Amino acid sequence: MAELKLMQGNEACVMGAIHAGMRFYSGYPITPSTEIAELSAELLPKYGGKFIQMEDEIAGVAAALGASLAGLKSMTATSGPGFSLKQENIGYGIMAEIPIVIVDVQRSGPSTGLPTSPSQGDIMQARWGTHGDHSIIALYPASVKEIYTTTIKAFNLSEKYRTPVILLLDEIIGHMREKIDLEELKNIEIYDRKKPTKSDDKYLAYKVNDGDIVPEMPSFGEGYRFHVTGLVHDETGFPSNNESVADKLLNRLINKIEDNKQDIVNFEEYLLEDSEYAIISFGAISRSSKVAVDKLREQGIKIGMFRPITIWPSPEKEISELSKKVKKIYVVELNAGQYFLEVQRIVSGQCEVRKYGKINGDIIVPQEIISFIKEDIYA
Amino acid sequence: MPSELINNYFRTETLPHIWCPGCGNGIVTRAIVKAIDNLNIPKDDVCIVSGIGCSSRAAGYLDFNTLHTTHGRALAFATGVKLANPKLHVIVITGDGDASAIGGNHLIHSARRNIDITTVVFNNSIYGMTGGQYSPTTPMGDKATTAPYGSIDPNFDLCELANAAGATYVARGTVYAVNILEKVIQEGISNKGFSFIEAIATCPTYYGRKNKKGSAVDMIKFLKEHGVMYTAWQKMSEDEKIGKFPIGKLYTKERKEYTEQYQMLIDSLGKESNQ
Repeated sequence: MAELKLMQGNEACVMGAIHAGMRFYSGYPITPSTEIAELSAELLPKYGGKFIQMEDEIAGVAAALGASLAGLKSMTATSGPGFSLKQENIGYGIMAEIPIVIVDVQRSGPSTGLPTSPSQGDIMQARWGTHGDHSIIALYPASVKEIYTTTIKAFNLSEKYRTPVILLLDEIIGHMREKIDLEELKNIEIYDRKKPTKSDDKYLAYKVNDGDIVPEMPSFGEGYRFHVTGLVHDETGFPSNNESVADKLLNRLINKIEDNKQDIVNFEEYLLEDSEYAIISFGAISRSSKVAVDKLREQGIKIGMFRPITIWPSPEKEISELSKKVKKIYVVELNAGQYFLEVQRIVSGQCEVRKYGKINGDIIVPQEIISFIKEDIYA
Repeated sequence: MPSELINNYFRTETLPHIWCPGCGNGIVTRAIVKAIDNLNIPKDDVCIVSGIGCSSRAAGYLDFNTLHTTHGRALAFATGVKLANPKLHVIVITGDGDASAIGGNHLIHSARRNIDITTVVFNNSIYGMTGGQYSPTTPMGDKATTAPYGSIDPNFDLCELANAAGATYVARGTVYAVNILEKVIQEGISNKGFSFIEAIATCPTYYGRKNKKGSAVDMIKFLKEHGVMYTAWQKMSEDEKIGKFPIGKLYTKERKEYTEQYQMLIDSLGKESNQ
């Protein structure tokens, strides 16, 4: 029996999160992410979970990190300016290997910008917003149903790789309403953090066991009495200034993500088999791009679309392969050309790369993509 | 030979600590441990959360669940820990800059919520870790590396701040009056609600040297001569109070505790499950 609902994107995010096991939410009100907090406040206590509206954005992410260490799957959501405020503690979560999900419903910026016009301006902030060298997982769905499934994936990856996972949405898909069948989504697999079994007396909180990707993670209060810090630390968890300890830890934190791209990276290929041209596009704008692909094909142009769902780490292998096949890649994004830089880096001259972007608060509609590409091809 | 208290409650492999000779932080840390020991709380049930600064390094030395967070954010992390697992006795170790400058917002809101967390502020009137800059508790007129002509910033009375914001147990101790410090921390942990303890500590290296306060012993003597028990303080005239400060239990009040209130909300809704 289908369980059909008309659901908003932000609402699907909360429903997916609860499905994934979210039992703690802490955040601060900001549009266009507010519905995520509102629905979490309504639903979490009904599931025995906890919601708290904190005094600021920084406290919103900090409390979520604390709750995760105490054993609850935790999430916080924000938009543009709030995402900037959360960055220091996202770095803390990376360093201390604490699973949480941070949702950023992107809006135009910099600063307060055009409240709250859509934007895809946080692509690079998601990658490099926190200071220091690190890797990051950032996912970006493009429909209400995919928000539901990708939120679950974000939790699963955060638990599996013990790291904050950023879920990028945008004002358009966050506020859009679409049909969703909850029945067909009910059997999605859920991953829970691996806990240690108390055997030896010398417990090493940050030791990776043979065959594991990350250290096992007990909760505070379960008898392990471990130490958590944002300082460089060795396997015991205690701070160290030793160069080889720092080298080993920081590279392990990067490599646990970069070495597992085949598990983490997710993407959609649309009509690329015979394509001479390709669009790379994501989130709400990929929907305009898809329509543009259909229309351009009707006009005889062999074009397809590659849509990264995992924005970071980027689908490097796939984009590189694509660039060997096509004459030209168009990166269509609602910013001044952020992912364009990453695509250019990957393509490294194997084909031509052009960008189409916009930063005036307006969305990108199919017709302008069509005009841009046709002018470019027939120029 | 380390004392039994050190053997039982400190991670001796992480010692010696990083604090300077004459620093008061060790005395405050011992008082916290002694208070926990007096209350017989199992070590597994204690969670120490700290921020950034000299005092916040104490967390790493203690054999509990310990969380050394980002600058100013100890109370925000602690709020998540406590709400997620209300059975834990959550104690925040923080400094004057950490708690009242960069973390001041979290302090007033934790007090407002009356969440069951005991906060011990190691107040040495200076940013020590960064080399002696003035903090919100540096007395007006005193010198610091960033106040070379004397600070023109009025200083906070942290106990008055915590009380006004809603803390249900507020006390002050000093690194001289150790028994009182232990006692008020113990009472703070026992209080079901937000407890705020200001522990006046000494920093001879930066604050003391900049302000010609003498040796560590001289600074502790100053605390002996100027800290007055609150019962005696209340009987003093305004003139007699000048230059002195009250110690001991200052304020208590009855208010509902936050995590209990949240549990009542959950219970009233009836638990649903998505499994």
